[in-house]
Amino acid sequence: MDMQVAKKKLGLKERYAVMTRGLDWTPSYQKMEDIYPYIAYEGIKIHDWDKWEDPFRLTMDAYWKYQAEKERKLYAIIDAFNQNNGHLNVTDARYVNTVKLFISGISPLEYVAHRGFAHAGRAFPGPGPRVACLMQSLDEIRHAQTQVHSISNYNKYYNGMHDFHHMHDRVWFLSVPKSFFDDAITAGPFEFMVSIGFSFEYVLTNLLFVPFVSGAAYNGDMGTMTFGFSAQSDEARHMTLGLEVIKFILEQDPANVPIVQRWIDKWTWRGYRVLTLVAMMMDYMLPKRTMSWKEAWEVYFEENGGALFKDLARYGITMPKCAEQIALEKDHLSHQAWSTFYNYAAAANFHTWMPDEDEMAWLSSKYPESFDKLYRPRYEFWREQAAKGNRFYNKTLPMLCQTCQIPMIFTEPGDATKICYREVDYKGDKYHFCSDHCKEIFEHEPEKYVQAWLPVHQIYQGNCFPEGTDPTVEGFDPLAAVLKYYNLEHGRDNLDFDISEDKKNFAEWRGQATKNI
Amino acid sequence: MSTVFLALQTNEDTRPIIEAILQDNPSAVVDEQPAMVKINADGRLVVRRETIEELIGRDYDLQELQVNMITMSGNLDQTDDEITLFWKS
Repeated sequence: MDMQVAKKKLGLKERYAVMTRGLDWTPSYQKMEDIYPYIAYEGIKIHDWDKWEDPFRLTMDAYWKYQAEKERKLYAIIDAFNQNNGHLNVTDARYVNTVKLFISGISPLEYVAHRGFAHAGRAFPGPGPRVACLMQSLDEIRHAQTQVHSISNYNKYYNGMHDFHHMHDRVWFLSVPKSFFDDAITAGPFEFMVSIGFSFEYVLTNLLFVPFVSGAAYNGDMGTMTFGFSAQSDEARHMTLGLEVIKFILEQDPANVPIVQRWIDKWTWRGYRVLTLVAMMMDYMLPKRTMSWKEAWEVYFEENGGALFKDLARYGITMPKCAEQIALEKDHLSHQAWSTFYNYAAAANFHTWMPDEDEMAWLSSKYPESFDKLYRPRYEFWREQAAKGNRFYNKTLPMLCQTCQIPMIFTEPGDATKICYREVDYKGDKYHFCSDHCKEIFEHEPEKYVQAWLPVHQIYQGNCFPEGTDPTVEGFDPLAAVLKYYNLEHGRDNLDFDISEDKKNFAEWRGQATKNI
Repeated sequence: MSTVFLALQTNEDTRPIIEAILQDNPSAVVDEQPAMVKINADGRLVVRRETIEELIGRDYDLQELQVNMITMSGNLDQTDDEITLFWKS
């Protein structure tokens, strides 16, 4: 890029003031509380909206200019990637399963984030946060669109991505990311900003995008790397907004501190549970690994988050208490998640496999405390069984946590041999939880979480079969009916990678690309 | 002092910017990762427009950095002349 820099008539600070606060006006014939009805009920007190300032001081005119530049770069590379059959340059076809996970699990969240920031921006009386939310709302829809465009190239060749949005709303494990965002956008505008703007964007998003994008680059996926980086250039601004939100709210009134602390505790845990999918992707699904989940957690949460919470201590904010449990789980999280997906590979929109010898050695070296003792023997047994023709696909539906909606797969903090169960009785019903933190979140807002759309409950209630299905006929196969409802084709979109069409096609096409046949 | 960092895409636009950052911040350490460069510094990191302009031989608007930024850590303040990342404690 070699941009011409026009001589500015105003400095950055003045331009920002004119293009945000300067565009605002005070209503004369409508009451403020009628125009901004959602601003008071969460208990957050704001005395002076003008104290808000975007540290980048980005104004809409500059925003459009730089976003246009990002789009030009992105689409030039996507075109080149497609023109050169870029999909055949990835390390091996297992890699494509991370892309499937991304398009069905993450891209629809970008769209919901677009709606969420549009809604939050509309709710705030201050022009500073309104402009910042407008930009972020536009960023998020751009991310959804560019991800769909980039990944559509993979959809031409590989299975499981053909109806990602339909799946996002239905497939059992996709209710984990879906319900996380639904939870956030149904909160008030301030809680939304703390949940997504701060806890997710500032504290956790590095763990999603940086290893994922760097991982894509390492695995030869130029298309994904490029949309990832293009999105990430917006993320840096989102993170700044997230931190600004927190500082602004905390500086406005001391009564805001305990409310914000509760939100930080809640949303750090909620976000961390969603990142289970990322942990598994980093340790198992990238054929060429960049760093382990544990290492990424140590760099981006323990070190970087540690610095952040030390900085926020001056407001009376402390490190979320769930950090202690997360530290205990970091040796186990990805292994427990991958084991679960290996078990339930018949009901997923991507393929699974057992790590090979080299990968097992890598896992041992990254997880010396846990892998050889607890997980390697399990994998060796499963691999042996599969070789004998006894590959077991679990068809029994698991119990789900009422809050995070993940199957109850996690172990007790400090005892990785015992599954962690918690329960609460509420208005005559029993609710189950994977952890003390999910249980506490429920106990604080039971009326919200009793409404959770839990995929397993819905299947048992008969709500996840195609219309007209009669589950009472003899020989009824519930899993087959559920897969039809998901629009997944058994034997093509699911099961092990080794027997997949993806594996076969990739080998054939790569052969064609390098030989004259 | 806690570490602040700025991560940029590895490309021709960012090469002189990284050089400028290293000139202006004695505590800055470069960590090269696949397709990205992460610059860590002790407590404070400054990106100065003038240093970049000297290296690239043209006028530069610090907002151009938006295009190549990946992630950062620390409080941020941007003016026409500088972007500063810092921790207060």
